[in-house]
Amino acid sequence: MNVIQVLFWILSAMALVSALMVLLSKNPVHSVLWLVAVFFAISGHYILLNAQFIAIVNLIVYAGAIMVLFLFVIMLMNLNKDTEPQKNIWMKLAGAISAGCLLMILVSLIKQAPELQAKTAMMNEGGIGLIANLGKALFNTYVVPFEISSILFLSAMVGAVVIGKKD
Amino acid sequence: MTGLYTLLQINQLNNTAENYFPIGVQIIFAIGFVATMIGLSALVGPKRKTSDKLENFSSGIASHGNARQPMAVKYFLIAILFVLFDVEVIFFYPYAVNFKFLGWAGFWEIVLFVVLFLIGFIYIIKKGALQWED
Repeated sequence: MNVIQVLFWILSAMALVSALMVLLSKNPVHSVLWLVAVFFAISGHYILLNAQFIAIVNLIVYAGAIMVLFLFVIMLMNLNKDTEPQKNIWMKLAGAISAGCLLMILVSLIKQAPELQAKTAMMNEGGIGLIANLGKALFNTYVVPFEISSILFLSAMVGAVVIGKKD
Repeated sequence: MTGLYTLLQINQLNNTAENYFPIGVQIIFAIGFVATMIGLSALVGPKRKTSDKLENFSSGIASHGNARQPMAVKYFLIAILFVLFDVEVIFFYPYAVNFKFLGWAGFWEIVLFVVLFLIGFIYIIKKGALQWED
């Protein structure tokens, strides 16, 4: 086991434990903080894969900005103890069964996919994740999706203003 | 100037995950330092827990009411607009690194991108979404 493998296992354990704590913690604000820990672990994975740009963007956008939005959404809701809905036991059972089915399908798909057999992720090699190569691809090959994304942002702005502003 | 440029190129050739080792050390040190200090102050510091001392107060005034009140939606509007412009800035980084390589074609691409954002910004200003007072 070399250093990268040790780091991979540590980061995976961090991500899984934090993701479990997101679900298990009673306080929604604690869930958000655990989700930030998940994003940090995933950023560590990106750095191991030498996808440096997406690692930093994951930290800035997801762990920074999106989690602030999550906090806002939580605080927009009414979080008093007595208003919290008690979930039915049958609802919980149905949720567990459907989520278990989804997990089984995903695992069997990954096990059957011929592209993924006996392959491991390229750890710490390959340069496509570096910001210079990514920019070259983005502004030459994928320039049309890049411009379309700005229209997506425009529609998001208009939508936010239309929904959030009364008049 | 050329020296700086070659330095940048050498840096890009050797750009591997190992370069992030100092950042990792720094993160571990920061977390460890804060955790040690908070733990030490909790262990070593004097504690006298009386009902008066454990009471919540702010500026000498006892708290009243509930903190779990739903807040105004205008905070959320500002936050979501911030996130959109935050993501816009993210797209500038790959352009800035390849500024010389992309030339004028890349410049017009980014100008179109910024113009579309500017239209949205003008729309936001005209609608008064950033005005705090109603």
